[in-house]
Amino acid sequence: MKFIDEFRRLELAQGLAGRIRQNSKRRARFMEFCGGHTVTILKHGIRQLLPPTIEMLSGPGCPVCVTDNADLDKAIALACIPGVILVTFGDMLKVPGSRSSLQKAKAEGADVRIVYSSLDALELARQNPDKKVVFLGIGFETTAPGIAASILQAEQEGLKNFYVLSLHKLCPPVIRALLDSGEVRLHGFILPGHVSAIIGSKAWEFLAKDYGIPGVVSGFEPLDVLQGVDMLVSQVENGESRVEIAYRRGVKPEGNLKAQELMYRVFEPCPARWRGIGEVPDSGLRLRPEFARFDAELVFSPDPGPTLEPKGCICGDILRGVKTPRDCCLFARVCTPENPVGPCMVSSEGSCAAYYLYGQDDE
Amino acid sequence: MSERILLAHGSGGKLSHELVEKTMLRAFFNPYLSKLDDSAILDLSGRLAFTTDSYVVDPIFFPGGDIGKLAVCGTVNDLAMVGAIPLYLSLSLIIEEGFSQDDLRRILDSVRRAAEEAGVEIVTGDTKVVHRGKADGIFINTAGLGVVPEGIEISGSNARPGDKVILSGPIGDHGIAVLSRREGLSFSTELESDVAPLNKLVAQMLEACPRIRCLRDPTRGGLATTLNELAKQSRVSIQLEEEKIPVREEVRAACEMLGLDPLYVANEGKLVAIVPDSDAATVLHVMHQNPYAREAAVIGEVRQGRPGRVTLRTRFGTSRIVDMLTGDPLPRIC
Amino acid sequence: MCLAIPARIVSIQGQEAEAEIGGITRKISLALTPEAQVGDYVLLHTGYAIAVVDQEEAEETLRLLEEIAEFSEM
Repeated sequence: MKFIDEFRRLELAQGLAGRIRQNSKRRARFMEFCGGHTVTILKHGIRQLLPPTIEMLSGPGCPVCVTDNADLDKAIALACIPGVILVTFGDMLKVPGSRSSLQKAKAEGADVRIVYSSLDALELARQNPDKKVVFLGIGFETTAPGIAASILQAEQEGLKNFYVLSLHKLCPPVIRALLDSGEVRLHGFILPGHVSAIIGSKAWEFLAKDYGIPGVVSGFEPLDVLQGVDMLVSQVENGESRVEIAYRRGVKPEGNLKAQELMYRVFEPCPARWRGIGEVPDSGLRLRPEFARFDAELVFSPDPGPTLEPKGCICGDILRGVKTPRDCCLFARVCTPENPVGPCMVSSEGSCAAYYLYGQDDE
Repeated sequence: MSERILLAHGSGGKLSHELVEKTMLRAFFNPYLSKLDDSAILDLSGRLAFTTDSYVVDPIFFPGGDIGKLAVCGTVNDLAMVGAIPLYLSLSLIIEEGFSQDDLRRILDSVRRAAEEAGVEIVTGDTKVVHRGKADGIFINTAGLGVVPEGIEISGSNARPGDKVILSGPIGDHGIAVLSRREGLSFSTELESDVAPLNKLVAQMLEACPRIRCLRDPTRGGLATTLNELAKQSRVSIQLEEEKIPVREEVRAACEMLGLDPLYVANEGKLVAIVPDSDAATVLHVMHQNPYAREAAVIGEVRQGRPGRVTLRTRFGTSRIVDMLTGDPLPRIC
Repeated sequence: MCLAIPARIVSIQGQEAEAEIGGITRKISLALTPEAQVGDYVLLHTGYAIAVVDQEEAEETLRLLEEIAEFSEM
């Protein structure tokens, strides 16, 4: 497949790995913010190509994992309203909330459907005029513009039964919060390639300016990740801290202006709760007042009930990069993909799920 | 406008008999069935293999097949995987009130054609009709009887270090073909389900190599789950070579788009064979002569090492663990 | 974050397009990339094209990586 296979070429991976091994002298800890990068790294065994001087840490870039229990409980409450069709991306189905999950709610009779795109949710709304179609808006800046476009389309068509529960989140604020907490010492970031396709590399300049930490915007094929690490190593060895783009075929410094415009036409920043991190100012998106009639939160006022956090679950620490899945006493014993305690184990991008599926003691 | 199935069709009265005669008997003509006794009497001796499966696939009609074809092939294949020669099938239908009679005829036709190809006879059956909403269109159960020839000992616990793992062809076709027709995930593809009866293929393989250790068809849960089961049962570890596993481009593309892994996608016309190293070439050669296994390949080998562990060597020479599937593979955005 | 794959635009109908990847096709929205043309590759995420793939940059990157590979051997 074009633009995929070329970026998996063995000899180019070997070349990059060779250069990284040659150049990397100082110990360096890099965070791959994005769950998608964690999956690429584990799926292709990329750690095994890197020298022992480099440590890769997973970050909170998994929109499923960072969804707060209270928010998920709201989604479940919405699903249980008679006449509502709760439409969601597949990732969210099994995430455990305080008492239930969308999957459990479905088994108990709630109408929960999985779609690939918010466009499919619009279609469901058209086909079911007597139902209320509520779309669960999860994702970062990669996903939000598409949801915004869907809402604008619903408005244009005069669709009366389409709603969105906006749980979208923004990435740069949470990285700031992470760095401000001073909990983890990082020497560089592998920055999310597709979020950056929307917001541009300029959105990350603050890393270099305010924190003196280098960042490289990387794509998701094995060569992309290796190239990102190679560029970080070069900077670290030369004592530099800049924000660079490795993923040049997909990302421009200014990003996708049209997508940004649509996103901020429909949404505005608001405070958001990130599981394990707490409330981060201006890190969420909510619908602007002029789109209030599409806002599921306002229209239905879903009552999530009291929020409970699972005992022993350290998803929060893992998301902040302070602990690894192996540090969790529930990992693989009590907490497994069939019986997840926390979201890091459910989302296929979550650190714990990725470790469970791919990473347990490589031979 | 097609006639519909009514509750009365399942109540055992005149309409039921009419249905059986108009549809079942017309589809399957054999001395057992046409006797219309309560049970079929079969004269069999030797080691009998007996299996059953229920089929609830949605959508009922998918590219490359339908629930009828699946119901025959799935059960025939289960018999074939223990080395049995499949002979007789039962066919039980649970139909939702309002189901189209045309669709029913179409499904029974598929059953007939699949049974003919596999060389099995439908000798007994049952039809029930339930209220609207109590069945997803139609559910089918088939049970199968076969005879295991002397000297054939195939079991999931037979694999030994040094054995080779052979896969009969590209993985993921069925699961992706079905997914392409699911509401909410639609994409267009020429891809068809691989659903097929594999008993003749297995017979050919066993003739060339009676010492085949294990046979299994990677249905739900995909290749990864099947290999994990075998590794666990035999208490061995299995190592796969990523580059050797055949996957069609469309399957790869759909999986990339939806965030699925072909290793976990269902197949309905493929098998995994674990054979002694020295027999691998012979078995492969025989398989390549069969239209259902033209792309058969050695994809890995059995080793000592942690019992039950399946690992994959990537094209980069790195290795990772391949675990069993947990739950449904769900399309993801991340 | 997230899963986006390069798909080729086969035809365009207003703000929508038929896109192809590896032999499968799907209707997608160009609402976020109105500049996309037939023949372009776009990054497809949840039914929307989020960026047009810069093919020249792709080739440039591969050239760079090839150089690195050559050098690495020496």
